[in-house]
Amino acid sequence: MASVATMLSARRGRGKADWTDWVSYGYLLLGLLLMFGPVLWLVLSSFKSAAALNEFPPHFLPYGQKSVAVAGHETPLPLYRVTLPDGATRELAEVRRIGIQATLVDPNAPDREYKVNIRDRKPVRDLQFATGNYSEIFAKFSFGTYLWNSVFITVVATLITLLFNAMAAFALSKYRFGGRDAVFLLIISTLMIPPTIILVPNFLVVSELGLLNSLWGVIWPAVATPTGVFILRQYMLTIPDELIDAARMDHASEWRIFWRIILPLSAPALAVLAIFSVMWRWNDFLWLLIVLSPTEKFTLQLALNAFQGELTTQWHYLLAMTVVTLLPVTLVFAFLQKYITTGIASAGVK
Amino acid sequence: MNSARHPLLELPAAAGRAALNAVDAPMRVVQRLLGVPRIGWMFVAPNLVILGLFTFLPIVVNFYFAFTGGVQLYPSERPFTGFENLETLFECESYLDPSSCRKDLFWRAIYNTGEFALLQVGLMVAFALVTALVLNRKILGRGFFRGVFFYPVLLSPVVVALIWKWVLQREGVLNAVLAGAGASPIGWLSDASWAFFWCVFVSIWAHMGFYTLILLAGLQAIPADLYEAAEMDGASPWRRFSRITLPLLMPNLIVVLVLGLIRAVQIFDEVFVLTGGGPGSATTFIVQFIYQTGFAEAIHQYGLAAAASLVLALSLLVLTVLQLRLTRKSLAGGRGRDDG
Repeated sequence: MASVATMLSARRGRGKADWTDWVSYGYLLLGLLLMFGPVLWLVLSSFKSAAALNEFPPHFLPYGQKSVAVAGHETPLPLYRVTLPDGATRELAEVRRIGIQATLVDPNAPDREYKVNIRDRKPVRDLQFATGNYSEIFAKFSFGTYLWNSVFITVVATLITLLFNAMAAFALSKYRFGGRDAVFLLIISTLMIPPTIILVPNFLVVSELGLLNSLWGVIWPAVATPTGVFILRQYMLTIPDELIDAARMDHASEWRIFWRIILPLSAPALAVLAIFSVMWRWNDFLWLLIVLSPTEKFTLQLALNAFQGELTTQWHYLLAMTVVTLLPVTLVFAFLQKYITTGIASAGVK
Repeated sequence: MNSARHPLLELPAAAGRAALNAVDAPMRVVQRLLGVPRIGWMFVAPNLVILGLFTFLPIVVNFYFAFTGGVQLYPSERPFTGFENLETLFECESYLDPSSCRKDLFWRAIYNTGEFALLQVGLMVAFALVTALVLNRKILGRGFFRGVFFYPVLLSPVVVALIWKWVLQREGVLNAVLAGAGASPIGWLSDASWAFFWCVFVSIWAHMGFYTLILLAGLQAIPADLYEAAEMDGASPWRRFSRITLPLLMPNLIVVLVLGLIRAVQIFDEVFVLTGGGPGSATTFIVQFIYQTGFAEAIHQYGLAAAASLVLALSLLVLTVLQLRLTRKSLAGGRGRDDG
């Protein structure tokens, strides 16, 4: 108990490594395996052919049976390691198989045929990355449409979110108009009203506005984020009022002040909100499930959900689609990890 | 900015100037009409209109739906039925036995959600605390490991569900490991208890990093000299943990617990893709009940779905009040939603 406690209460800054350090590293390595392992497995599996995916137990890497071109045959023939009756083993290409008897030839000397029992031959395998999974999801399904819908919603909603939230944050941080504090409270209080509790009435509003089955029916309800107003307002409070007064002396209009002074100076906070907004909109699911029903309006998330119900036998496509969907988020994370984690730690939102 | 501008920046810069000039003229008129402080209303207007249409109006309309019946969406075509929807949901011989209720799926969903929320949040906060304590030590590659635990937080729930569905399926890698150890394969998602377990597990996997980050920030805010002083006084490691770390981390722990509960009772996306609520109703939670009743089934029972939403809203209200009471940080904390 005491030694566990040592591990729990230890702080940075001690010199020598003791066994609690090893326990810590063990825990972290286990975490690494558990957190990244399934994702790595998904990515590796997405490069396997349909045949390789059906193997049980599965191989870690995408192995496939090697095949060779043999003179006199149009298609490449599968290669086997054969144990001949005299005990020698050779790599031979299979020409045909009848019952339990297989006929094979030497790829370099295809004239002589060997007939062996199928138990005496084992497939020769090598690494084969089935990149076709990726090209075929664009050719066989409207994957490009889903990708476009996701990108459209994410980009447009994020731009509108940045504009509307920045405008509200500007008003709430730089003007003293009657009712300002009430407006701020009203906006922030919507943090406590998650969309899950107003699904039915929101469906009515969106259909009355004629936005059902339209990407705008996803975009408009999402753009007035209280989180964004909050982050931006806190940041704009730190911008000195003297800058605004100086601009007013030069007869700049209020809109020009907002556009030319406030927006550029709020760039760091806008960047944080932009990252959040991209994540939120890219990953949205339940509301889209309700609003977008025709398949040509599907986003990547909706398409994945629909395919995993239908294509249970076509995992090679589903896996490739999943990898394409997680790729943008992974890239954003790889490059902006520091900003995301510090942004979350300070704002307490995700 | 430098005078030599990259040509790629010319287009957005021109678009920005155009937007400024197009909006500037009407805004000048508004400015003349309203005066300077009151032009603030003009700036908050877009946000308020959106919130009014898609948040405040729906709150009111939700009550209307909950107290009217029929299958029509348009309010004027819905007959007033009073408490009938709520009575339908709450008609039970015994509230402890969901199968004795008229809407047994609703009660199963409520019990499932309660069990899920307590298990998931309890375990998740425990693991997040241990992870934060480990990450707070002087270790090599701290930033890297912090990223490792945080990465799944950013993945979409659908992707999270598919990653694990691929691992857990009957011919998946987990059963292959079992087979390698000589055990027979298990239907991880077709057995009711295992499916529930994996919903809890996958949800912890996907969200733990976020809570770890908040707890880690709390740990790093504890002054190091407290520990040095305690060490000089000969306090045991366990005592230092229970008398310094835990009490000083308590505000963060409470935030994390309540926030976790608020999220957990709204669980839907991952589970819907992973198990579809099954097998049977073993992993059907309250939001899925609302979705099915109102939208997915052939007959759209909007009234019943809205009434169930009221029950969910009430539980969220209790949790939010609890959070405000416990943290006393009023609204400024800005925590509670994960979608905006």
